[in-house]
Amino acid sequence: MAQIISMPKLGFDMAEGTLVRWVIHEGEMVTKGAVLAEIETDKATVEVESEFVGVLVSQLVPQGTVVPINDPIAVIGEPGEQVNIDAFLGKPAGGEKPSALERSVEGVTVQTASALSASAPTVEAPTGEPGSLRASPLARSMATELGIDLRMVQGTGPGGRITKKDIESYQAKAPEPVIAKTPSAVHMPPALTSKAFIRETHNLPLPKLRAAIGRRMTESMQQSPHFYVTHDYDVGALLDRRKEINALLSEDDKLSVNDFVVRAVALSLLEFPNLNASLDIKNSTLIYHGEINVGVAVAVENGLLTVVNRNTDQKSVHQISSEIKIVIKRAREGKVRSEDIEGSTFTVSNLGMYEVDQFTAIINPPEAAILAVGSARQVPVITNGEIKIGNRMKATLSVDHRVSDGAEGAKFLQALAKYIEEPMRLLI
Amino acid sequence: MARITMREAISQALWEEMERDPNVFIMGEEVGVWGGSYAVTKGFYDHFGPERVKDTPISEAAIIGAAIGAALTGLRPVAEIMTINFAFSAFEHIVNQAAKFHYMFAGQMEVPLVIRTVSGGGRQLAATHSQSPDVVFAHFPGLIVVAPGTPEDAKGLLRSAIRINDPVFFIESATLYQSRGEVAEGENLIPIGKSKIQRPGKDVTIVTYSKMLETSMKAADQLAQEGVDVEIVDLRTLRPLDMEPVLESFKKTNRAVIVEEGWRSFGVGAEVAARIYEEAFDYADAPIQRVAQKEVPLPYNRTLEQLALPQVEDVIKAVKEVL
Repeated sequence: MAQIISMPKLGFDMAEGTLVRWVIHEGEMVTKGAVLAEIETDKATVEVESEFVGVLVSQLVPQGTVVPINDPIAVIGEPGEQVNIDAFLGKPAGGEKPSALERSVEGVTVQTASALSASAPTVEAPTGEPGSLRASPLARSMATELGIDLRMVQGTGPGGRITKKDIESYQAKAPEPVIAKTPSAVHMPPALTSKAFIRETHNLPLPKLRAAIGRRMTESMQQSPHFYVTHDYDVGALLDRRKEINALLSEDDKLSVNDFVVRAVALSLLEFPNLNASLDIKNSTLIYHGEINVGVAVAVENGLLTVVNRNTDQKSVHQISSEIKIVIKRAREGKVRSEDIEGSTFTVSNLGMYEVDQFTAIINPPEAAILAVGSARQVPVITNGEIKIGNRMKATLSVDHRVSDGAEGAKFLQALAKYIEEPMRLLI
Repeated sequence: MARITMREAISQALWEEMERDPNVFIMGEEVGVWGGSYAVTKGFYDHFGPERVKDTPISEAAIIGAAIGAALTGLRPVAEIMTINFAFSAFEHIVNQAAKFHYMFAGQMEVPLVIRTVSGGGRQLAATHSQSPDVVFAHFPGLIVVAPGTPEDAKGLLRSAIRINDPVFFIESATLYQSRGEVAEGENLIPIGKSKIQRPGKDVTIVTYSKMLETSMKAADQLAQEGVDVEIVDLRTLRPLDMEPVLESFKKTNRAVIVEEGWRSFGVGAEVAARIYEEAFDYADAPIQRVAQKEVPLPYNRTLEQLALPQVEDVIKAVKEVL
């Protein structure tokens, strides 16, 4: 029995996604969990996995297509199964080209009608629409066919438009298709890091991820009135416990201060459902999330992503740590999956490694709050009339005033202190 | 193969068709005793006689109305409208009668009529006598519109026009009558509704017809000296429009310039460009350029008139735009 794979809804506000690359070709076997295709949303490029075992009978959309959520993108059938695609999808029979509609699946020797997507040598190439880039239709179709990222090509046509000639000369210089991983597929000219780059003015297209961050952050700052509350935490005990624990762990398994903070946040949120909520302004509704999924802001090439740790309140610091490590690795390699970046209910942004005293963060919509964590540092503290060396770490909570108020934010930071300053609570 | 003028080519086509078929006759202002205001029918009156070479009153509506009537009875009139500007006086008969009979009477009636007329400016005849409203007539289904740019095409297409059973609006160019070209001896009918590559090239496609073919050829010669290899597609027939050679050429060169003598708005350039974008969008490597007459009534003043009409330099400039 054939099955339909649809465009997944990967986020609260996702309406459509761009199918940037087919990983599985028509006629190929698919296992459950195999990556079928890559999809670009406003936030990132994610992989769509098959929920079924079988043969990819048909790719219903070519690469580069923008598909509304829940619209079918592929059909998976059993080996040897005859699938009349249109009838299967409930469309009226075309009649004119029955051979194209009726596809026979026999192992991998299937004849596909859509040679476009199956035969084009774009397997390792990005095909994202380069937004404001000026390129002739011919240059665009050539780039898609040859697997060339247009952002890498210097345009010499009128107004800097990329033309056939530019594609040809680019290809002559770099005959191999560019192998790019998204979202690090957002390329900058290699000269970016050189000193010569600074001496000239460059007009470069805005990378997709950069544009998405800009759009979301602008939306957040424009729509949600932020207020900020800062708390200074004594992290002496936490640093000691961490040192003890890390002595027992292998190099790649060690815990970061942030792993403790993430668990502390999750446990504190249990008492503050307002800060684990989302405002649905259109429907005048507050959505209190049934899970505490802590997002962690991660710097990646050309921007940042928020990776998600699910049901964080139910996990140990060690489990949180190893899960986050895996997801961050995928994010930095551009291999992020939809579940890695969607569904966070509260975000932690930590710039501690950069010797930051404190900073304020912009709320990651549609969340209600975000915690900005600074560096743990040694400072003079006065205890019982004496100056001693203490360890302190500042954290600033940004809260959407439409959802919560200053007193609640302050109380949350107090609750957090209970865990951060008495870290045994995090370990039991 | 003889090298003859456009005037001679058209004259020969008429002469040979009248010799071949006694139903073919000519009517129009000064076509008889005077020999035609462009001297195309010189000698016809003496040879074929007043029955078949009829001078008419100065009334275009009367000429076309009478010609349609003759055609409906089975004759094959070739009616001459001295210039296309005067065809407006017969517009109703041309687009509402001649073009519709076959359709309105469910195919029972045919109008084997040829209307010969002269289009174009450049001879200081001022705004009302210098227009190139070819596309106005090409707008109407039911009317075939032919506009050749070479003597050979003029002869072959006119012979075909006289032989087919649909009304044909046959547009000649006033400033092409003296242009010369090779014309093969014999019948050499050229099918109506077929565009033709008049000059093969690989860098850019010029789509044009009639007088502007000559202009485009000159531009192509100059561009060739700069190393630009222009391919020129001559539409020859505006309706039905044959896009096949245009699209084939465009898919090869990926860039096009459309050159017409008439005004740009709603013109041949607009139509051809739209069809290229519809059929071959993914082959476009540059926005299509149009060369056309400036959007003014054509001035009488010679300098201004030449400024308003598309010139060789305009075509060269447009070609360079798309390169």
